[in-house]
Amino acid sequence: MIAPRDITVTVNGAAYQAAVEPRLLLADFLRHTLGLTGTHVGCEHGVCGACTVLIDGDSARSCLMLAVQANGKRVETVESLGRIGQMSALQESFREHHALQCGFCTPGMLMTATDLLKKYPLASDDDIRKGLSGNLCRCTGYQHIVKAIRAVVGK
Amino acid sequence: MKPAAFDYIAATTIDMAIAALAAAGGEAKILAGGQSLVPMLNFRLLRPSVLVDINGIADLANIEETGSDIRVGALTRHYQLETSAIIARHFPVLSCAMTHVAHLAIRNRGTVGGSLSHADPAAELPMLALLLEAKLRIASASGTRTLAAREFFLDALTVDLGSAEILTEIALPKLPPRTGWGFEEVARRHGDFALAAVAATLTASDGAIAEARIALTGVGPTPVRAADAEALLVGHALEDGLAVRAIDAVRASIAPESDLHASSDYRRHLAGVLAGRALAAAWQRANASAA
Repeated sequence: MIAPRDITVTVNGAAYQAAVEPRLLLADFLRHTLGLTGTHVGCEHGVCGACTVLIDGDSARSCLMLAVQANGKRVETVESLGRIGQMSALQESFREHHALQCGFCTPGMLMTATDLLKKYPLASDDDIRKGLSGNLCRCTGYQHIVKAIRAVVGK
Repeated sequence: MKPAAFDYIAATTIDMAIAALAAAGGEAKILAGGQSLVPMLNFRLLRPSVLVDINGIADLANIEETGSDIRVGALTRHYQLETSAIIARHFPVLSCAMTHVAHLAIRNRGTVGGSLSHADPAAELPMLALLLEAKLRIASASGTRTLAAREFFLDALTVDLGSAEILTEIALPKLPPRTGWGFEEVARRHGDFALAAVAATLTASDGAIAEARIALTGVGPTPVRAADAEALLVGHALEDGLAVRAIDAVRASIAPESDLHASSDYRRHLAGVLAGRALAAAWQRANASAA
């Protein structure tokens, strides 16, 4: 048995202390240890994008990071964006444009879009599609997701 | 889909990381960006006894300019390289290539040292290291050694790096004035590994090509330079007939494997088409640059 490590992580503005086994993935720490089940786990090898969160403001796959690596870091999950009745502009745009059906990919789409909007001008729909190429959606055909992001570019 | 148990050491200096690697006797893996390593841990394709996390080592993620080269620290993230003003000024071909590397969430984490050490046969960075004739600085308990990129890549996923060595920095020699570039890639989906990709630079002098470099990836176990095609080009202007002969020489110099994604013939054909486009773009840029 490998000794657990003590970590201190800020998640959505709240500080948490925990002892974690080194092999514990950040995605599982968020979901199982903290109960933040908004972060979804799909492929568990960095392909589907459903588990995307922000680490110190930059998007990252939480299935490709260990919880122990988040020690001292600031993590933001989909729960940081808003809540029902008080959704963020991006979430509201997803609702308005029917950018989700089953909703499984939505947390990853939202967190990826948050980082894309911050870092790239997204001048064309092609730029948005390239930016979303690492996030799989099996329902929408992406068209409505592209429209929802298009509607908040520059806002 | 969970990793097997391993111990974890958060190194804060290169010496500490090297000591931890040496103590593990070949059973350790270096954790940098983790974007290739952690999937293999999750699949249990790898079961290291210990991970040596180098993310906490200071000064390993700098991009610095010297008189003759640009030094890039091994922990530099792909996104840093993509958006670096120094890289954009000296190696626009590298800035362009980085936009083709995976997806933003991967580029935020993935590192230069990790990509080169992992040496995926279809990755962009190893090809760019070969194109730009990078010198790799490797540290171990017995000191440091410097290796040219062409000596570093041995086979698919195999490089000249011992189990207690760390790639710490790459040096990219500056290109001569009037050097143009081209980068062309075809992948099934933006951000996927290349079916084939070509990066080229041409240096113009008195209307002729003074130096030609053509590098390819996705067409063999390691990235390659098309030396025969390069030799053909030097001393001439890039007119249509010469470009066709260079494309033929590129195709003759590779023997791509067939796999699920593309046949050998398709890859060889594609490599030639992409080389033609990259050379045309490089020649146009070489002649457009005022310097």
